[in-house]
Amino acid sequence: MPLPFEKPIDELEARIRDMRGYADDQHVDLSGEIAALERRLASLTRETFAKLSRWQRVQVARAAGRPTALDYLGKVVEGFTELHGDRALGDDPALVGGVARLGDMGVVVLAQQKGRDTKENILRNFGMAHPSGYRKALRLFDLADKFRLPVLSLIDTPGAYPGIAAEEQGQAWVIAACIQRMSRLRVPAVSVIIGEGGSGGALALGVANRVLILEHAIYSVISPESCAAIRWRDAAEAPSAAEALKLTADDLLEQGVVDDVVAEPLGGAHKDPAGAIDLVRAAVEREFAALRDVPSEVLMRERRARFRRMGRFLEAA
Amino acid sequence: MALERWFRRKRPTRGDDEVSPAGLWLKCAGCMAQIYRKDLIANLYVCPECAHHERMPVDARVAMLADEGTFELWSGRVTPTDALEFVDTEPYVERLVAVQQKTERPDAIITGAAELDGVPVALAVMDFSFLGGSMGSVVGEEIARAAERAAAESRSLISIAASGGARMQEGALSLMQMAKTTVALEALSERRLPFISVLTDPTTGGVTASFATLGDLVVAEPGALICFAGPRVIQQTIKQDLPEGFQRSEFLLGKGMLDDVIPRGVLKARLAVLVRLLRAGLDGTADDGAAAPLRLTTESITTIADELDESAATSAADDADEAAAAEDREREEAPNRATPV
Ligand SMILES: [Zn+2]
Repeated sequence: MPLPFEKPIDELEARIRDMRGYADDQHVDLSGEIAALERRLASLTRETFAKLSRWQRVQVARAAGRPTALDYLGKVVEGFTELHGDRALGDDPALVGGVARLGDMGVVVLAQQKGRDTKENILRNFGMAHPSGYRKALRLFDLADKFRLPVLSLIDTPGAYPGIAAEEQGQAWVIAACIQRMSRLRVPAVSVIIGEGGSGGALALGVANRVLILEHAIYSVISPESCAAIRWRDAAEAPSAAEALKLTADDLLEQGVVDDVVAEPLGGAHKDPAGAIDLVRAAVEREFAALRDVPSEVLMRERRARFRRMGRFLEAA
Repeated sequence: MALERWFRRKRPTRGDDEVSPAGLWLKCAGCMAQIYRKDLIANLYVCPECAHHERMPVDARVAMLADEGTFELWSGRVTPTDALEFVDTEPYVERLVAVQQKTERPDAIITGAAELDGVPVALAVMDFSFLGGSMGSVVGEEIARAAERAAAESRSLISIAASGGARMQEGALSLMQMAKTTVALEALSERRLPFISVLTDPTTGGVTASFATLGDLVVAEPGALICFAGPRVIQQTIKQDLPEGFQRSEFLLGKGMLDDVIPRGVLKARLAVLVRLLRAGLDGTADDGAAAPLRLTTESITTIADELDESAATSAADDADEAAAAEDREREEAPNRATPV
């Protein structure tokens, strides 16, 4: 399903496909026409994406076909071995973790995993972790420290799950504990917001030395829909809420919440997953290369300082 | 300039004249009994009939906790700014100005130094009446500074949480306050100074999911709503009825999430005891940066015992009436407050 504003792009793509098919079937040379259409497609896509509203960005961040955490982990790191369970309550498929190789380093990886189809979405609870997921993260942070393995986290969640069991098992407590535990890592940590960075459930994996965000990903204290329901008393005002929340990659860079924006292929990561994955891999390698020789005391101190600085306020002279 | 008012070091009083100018009689949200306002205030905003804990004004809270004349205000130098130029049905700046004028505070918190039964502490008290006690950049900064200054002055930190969560008008910057407050607490940890977090009605969202549950001890007042996601959000998500007492202090105590539920009448005495005990454990000779221990003297222990005895009556009454007080009061929609009659 194309996003509403993608319809003209998709129609043009379909025309190009048809024309290619026709050229092949009929053995006629339409390469000139096809090339012209492709140029039109590129400029149409560029124009469309250059003026996306914040609400449209939210839709891109959530688009079907956008690579999920496991899609990235298949290529960004080598030999990802998933490690299951929190050693107390169970194994939460919404938050995956494990060990892998990145270049010549071993790394611990953690990520929220959304489903790639309805069936997987149900299994993964739409990427909304329960306390068990965050407890798994806590134990893997310990593992990372013990074996001096840098931590890579990929963030993609609408938020931590709001449910009865989640509350009973201390959702707030484990998120706070993750924030604290991650801030105390003695190893380099890099986070990449690949889709939706939904509130505290996202931040629980986001207390890194370097926080990157994909061009069309978002990071917000609350979803535009919930914000609209509370502040406008009307969930249909989500586009207004998205504007007000300033939740796009550029907004967050300006606010100092993220350190860098990773460009996506033209038309968004969902149009070219392989291209997006390559770009993320290059960015992650670059970040770890800059951090790998930094002493652990400095890593901890700088990570703490990074978050201690957050916020905007006025100070009386 | 309104700013000057905030720097004025007003010694908190029992708060008699600081409540809303409504009638002399109030209807308790717990038992519906009509209570004489002065009785409610004299009883620390706890219903004398059913022990229902009303939300307490910040100044009254400080007066209740701090030994007389010991409170020194730290907060107030930082003031909020509308970094996102946030507008919903009304601009954030206008909401801020209105509530600043109403509360005479720059934001939803006060912090300061105090003594609690002679124990040096720093207090951070959130103000629910200021935009629902929401945590934006200023609240986060005040908490961080309070933790750091407490550490520098060898004080334990006691926070009184009352918050609807992160302040969404400050967007991701408010989300970041969860991490900021968390990392600032390290200053206390490094000096092995206790941080005791008191959760009061209500403590929700980003405040629950950050510093407020990271206390060395986490305690709550009776009947407080304490949660990550609010009951309405959960109900809308799962479309089921919620269990009896769900997300209330006593429920969470049973789930193992709290160290204790402490009635307001004994809160000060218990906090003083707990800080004394936690700080008595170190011999002060370790060269790991730990603060000097507080010696437990016979005198201090006797004082502790007396105060606990004195408040035992109130405490028992609270416990007996807990079930009645815990009835569903639709607190989230219609706040859990006594209403004028
Ligand atoms: Zn009552």
